[in-house]
Amino acid sequence: MSGNNLDLKALGVRGVNAALYALPEGSNEVEWVIDNPRGLHSIACGLDAPISVTVNGHAGFYCGGMNQKADITIRGHAGVGLAENMMSGTVRVTGNASESAGATGCGGLLVIEGDASSRCGISMKGIDIVVGGSIGHMSAFMAQAGHLVVCGDAGDALGDSIYEAILFVRGTVASLGADCIEKEMRPEHLNKLAELLKSAGIDAEPGEFRRYGSARKLYNFDIDNAY
Amino acid sequence: MCGIVGLYLKNTDLRPQLGALFEPMLVEMTDRGPDSAGFAIYRNTVEQAQTKFTLACNDPDNQWKSIDTDMESALECNVTVQILGDHAILVTDADADGVQNWLRENRPEIRIVGSGRSIEIFKQTGLPQDVADQFDLAKAQGSHAIGHTRMATESAVTTAGSHPFATGLDLCLVHNGSLSNHNRLRRKLERKGIVFQTENDTEVAAGYMTSKLAQGETLIQTLEAARKDLDGFYTFCIGTAEGFAVMRDPIACKHAVMAETDDWVAMATEYRAIAHLPGADTARIWEPEPDRIYTWGHVQ
Repeated sequence: MSGNNLDLKALGVRGVNAALYALPEGSNEVEWVIDNPRGLHSIACGLDAPISVTVNGHAGFYCGGMNQKADITIRGHAGVGLAENMMSGTVRVTGNASESAGATGCGGLLVIEGDASSRCGISMKGIDIVVGGSIGHMSAFMAQAGHLVVCGDAGDALGDSIYEAILFVRGTVASLGADCIEKEMRPEHLNKLAELLKSAGIDAEPGEFRRYGSARKLYNFDIDNAY
Repeated sequence: MCGIVGLYLKNTDLRPQLGALFEPMLVEMTDRGPDSAGFAIYRNTVEQAQTKFTLACNDPDNQWKSIDTDMESALECNVTVQILGDHAILVTDADADGVQNWLRENRPEIRIVGSGRSIEIFKQTGLPQDVADQFDLAKAQGSHAIGHTRMATESAVTTAGSHPFATGLDLCLVHNGSLSNHNRLRRKLERKGIVFQTENDTEVAAGYMTSKLAQGETLIQTLEAARKDLDGFYTFCIGTAEGFAVMRDPIACKHAVMAETDDWVAMATEYRAIAHLPGADTARIWEPEPDRIYTWGHVQ
């Protein structure tokens, strides 16, 4: 490994994050490895530099949160709120992710190679999320913009109260949430899906997916919806 | 908040180290629950004809005095007592109901914390590390343990209000979450003869399970019924004589993570409580699904 190793056990979460924040703009030290994460929270949060960070083990809550520009890989499992509110860059987890992965994300790419739990992509605002496995219930709740790609199955109430995010699911959907419907897969969607799968490095046939999105009956004011 | 942890050792070679492996799990959850802590250890199974009681009282100096000889002469039985802090492990071949009646009449300040053939329950207010030290957790051997660190939200911070709560012979419950229909359910259960020591919501869930199990239902049937009758948020971990079970409510907003290797199965509110276990870095790790009952060991 040609990069720099940061021992989280010795430095603590604040120490590790501070070392990454302290990099001057344009630094040549772009490869970083964080050892001994031991499931601690807020590892590699708030990064704002085009660096590559590998978390060597399982991470706790909020790993990679608010990320801008950085390319973060977690070699293991990620806890609640993985890459929440990500702005740009890439976050990848090689194992499974707990609930609320990619929550409120505004941009960038989140790749979960295993399964994501409930509320994946809740309130997403432009982030692209690609899940190699399945996702849990209430995923893409109030999802506003961006794409959620699921190579496995989706749990109950997918896309409840969804706005304009676009959902692609290859497997079964346990149930759709309010105002979420299946939509026609047009060529531009197949192209976008192929591009997302390629970026994520996941080998799947776009033609096997179905598209889901908003019926647009809930978020426009309609007097018949009033009680 | 609150933190819950469970560890079941599949590899019997690890069993002498149960406490050493389990204590850091409990202590790691301190900032989720610094008010009080408790744990159930399954160890030293007694003979078929014997019952093991975990007892606790606020006045150990007086209450434990001559309890063994007094009970032996009153109930014509054999009694051994091992005192650990303000708890005591009492093993006897006397009829369990007779023991309970005798304690009620002769040692009314003593609380029965748990009973069975292998379970021992210890709980106390204070930081988890202090509670663990008080009861020599680090040195404990055994097959499995479940524990709880409490941040009280709905009832007083007392030893009696700490978890685990016993739900029957060799059974106990820890809970992360809050129940919203516990007052009505408590009144219903009281009419059926279930006695409650606190205003705690989890004690009601435990009483509910005790009532179902006493009617002859299996633990799985009891948990299935609990899903319908308990309203609120919960991740439950239930210790049994030979393993443990985990169940989350259908919304599943109370965290839980599980990990398994060839040597052990662990559950915790957060993964960091599991990280120190041998082989955790390559363990299979996943989040338990809502509304699904997971069991390890022999659970019916």
